Amino acid sequence: MSENTRKMTGARAIIECLYEENVEVIFGYPGGALLQIYDEIYKSDLRHILVRHEQAAAHAAEGYARATGKVGVCLATSGPGATNLVTGIANAYMDSIPMVALTGQVPRSMIGNDAFQEANITGITMPITKHNYLVQDAKDLPRIIKEAFHIASTGRPGPVLIDLPKDITTEEIEFSYPDKVDLKGYKPTYKGNLQQVKRAASAIEKAHRPLIYAGGGILGSNASEELLQFAEHIQTPVTTTLTGIGGFPTQHPLYIGMPGMHGTKYANYAIQECDLLIAVGARFDDRVTGKLASFASNAKILHIDIDPAEISKNIKVDIPIVGDAKNILSSLNKYVNPVEHETRKEWLDRIEGWKKSYPLHYVGEQDGLKPQYIIEQVYEACKDAIIVTEVGQHQMWAAQYYKFSQPRSFITSGGLGTMGYGYPAAIGAKVGKPDRVVFNIAGDGSFQMNSQEIATAVQNDIPVIVAIMNNGYLGMVRQWQELFFEKRYSHTCIRDSVDFVKLAQAYGAVGIRVEKTSEVKPALEKAMDSGKPVIIDFIVECEENVSPMVPAGAPINEILDLERKE
Amino acid sequence: MRHTLAVLVENKFGVLSRVAGLFARRGYNIDSLAVGVTEDPNVSRMTLVVRGDDHVVEQVSKQLNKLIDVIRVTDLGADESVERELALIKVKSDKDTRAEIIQIVDIFRARIVDVASKSIIIEVTGDEEKIAAIEKLLKPFGIKELVRTGRIALTRGSKSS
Repeated sequence: MSENTRKMTGARAIIECLYEENVEVIFGYPGGALLQIYDEIYKSDLRHILVRHEQAAAHAAEGYARATGKVGVCLATSGPGATNLVTGIANAYMDSIPMVALTGQVPRSMIGNDAFQEANITGITMPITKHNYLVQDAKDLPRIIKEAFHIASTGRPGPVLIDLPKDITTEEIEFSYPDKVDLKGYKPTYKGNLQQVKRAASAIEKAHRPLIYAGGGILGSNASEELLQFAEHIQTPVTTTLTGIGGFPTQHPLYIGMPGMHGTKYANYAIQECDLLIAVGARFDDRVTGKLASFASNAKILHIDIDPAEISKNIKVDIPIVGDAKNILSSLNKYVNPVEHETRKEWLDRIEGWKKSYPLHYVGEQDGLKPQYIIEQVYEACKDAIIVTEVGQHQMWAAQYYKFSQPRSFITSGGLGTMGYGYPAAIGAKVGKPDRVVFNIAGDGSFQMNSQEIATAVQNDIPVIVAIMNNGYLGMVRQWQELFFEKRYSHTCIRDSVDFVKLAQAYGAVGIRVEKTSEVKPALEKAMDSGKPVIIDFIVECEENVSPMVPAGAPINEILDLERKE
Repeated sequence: MRHTLAVLVENKFGVLSRVAGLFARRGYNIDSLAVGVTEDPNVSRMTLVVRGDDHVVEQVSKQLNKLIDVIRVTDLGADESVERELALIKVKSDKDTRAEIIQIVDIFRARIVDVASKSIIIEVTGDEEKIAAIEKLLKPFGIKELVRTGRIALTRGSKSS
């Protein structure tokens, strides 16, 4: 502890701690239990973004974290405020995003009495946080906040919640911020075990058909450059998971797209035929593996992950290396002898052949507007945008058809699959990266889950562009109903439920409707020039499917083409 | 297959709930859980009995290790550790059966800790099988109430867990 202690209230101390952690912005919503804290925010230099629903505060903090690599911070009052954060916290937990959630709580003397706006939020969020705290003594505030930021941002990142009883915020403490944290049970491993690195190196040198399968961990550890070097160094193709997209340049000749349910055929074939699968910061999610028993069954599995619990959780691993991806990839770049392109020629040619035979494609010659085309045009209009998505068909099309050259440019809800995620996350991303163009590629279903946040974007002058692929359906569910329930579209039609252009205008945003292919480019240009929050309502073909597709539970090489032909 | 895990945790608010919650949400079977503070008041020791194959137990250990308040997890193999349970058994007893019950108690090196006109409370420590055995013998007399602590265990010798 430093020797300069100052007397202040708990609320002031919280602000001081946030300064110490270099927090620039918090996403929040006030309430009774937070009055003291909000009064200090009023007096502080902190930027506070007032959302319209606390769920959006959590998603925005998360979008900010993904775009910037910093810890996202959100703030909500006790009871309903805190419970509204839950979905956003769970989302951050599933995708390992660093976040600190601060919640108000009733005064200590009233905890457990079912007091007004009381909820046991530490109990509720135990399974969806990396760690959480109920502050029981104002003196602990600096230590707890220091620990929370440390835990959220180190090791496998994740959300940490701090519950703040109201009377803690009024109590006076001697403030000093600790320099270090001391957590007996928390010592993440960063450096890979050298023996294991050497074993991996030897396996890589012996492999004839290696494949890199990279996940969100690449972005979490800022390992994109090392991954690129590694892939080129060993002349090995790369597939990235949904949350790993952007971790490797998608136009690179070694890139083979996303694996799994809506992955490319060539990525899935490559997984099934490789003899060494090099998994880096990826967790063998069921959307990737399909039927586990037949996943990469010809391959030795090399798994690099910072979380030891991921090793052999779903797939038995032959060579595990626990540690930070950036660190381990750079040591592999040292320990593995470079491989000539010629050595891999047969394998790379084979993949190239699949790429040519089974490219991602859609039939674009019809009258209707194709969502895939729109995404291609978004790319043409701005090749360097941050693309955020909601959840559903549009999310998969964005993953398939936009081209990413740099990390932290694709922000999407992977593990939890949270509809309503995209718009607030896009707001957070734009706040963190004001110089980038931020598109939220949305579905008409998902967008309606948090469309009230148009108000947040307008009031705070955050010019995010929403591109709604409006097909009048909860499209992904409809697709499953079409394929597996004989087109019984049970409660998935939401056509004509809202006029998005008028909705945008009602909030003071720009609303544009696009119904024809020829209107796409001008609309995108207009949106980018406006400098305002924009909602573009693209009326797309209503029964377009995401293709290819591996049915749930099938082996990933049993992959269907679903494009519609007239 | 059952495994005994020794789990050292920080003696902090909510730690028991974190550990128990982890079992619930990950779908692991927990047969017994005993908790108490150690020689260091800041540290508690939990002894967990987990059912599952090696893969499950490995996952349980790793997931437990991920909890910030968990300091160390050790899988105690049966031959390297001392394991005990304590049970209190209230048995129906009158002057006709008392002598016979006392005999059983003696054979098992258990103790009588309370005697009333119509019942006796017996304290017995030992491994699970021993407690099951005495329970079986006492059953015909009529067990009115029974409580068990769950298993506690320590590694043998100077090695600590």
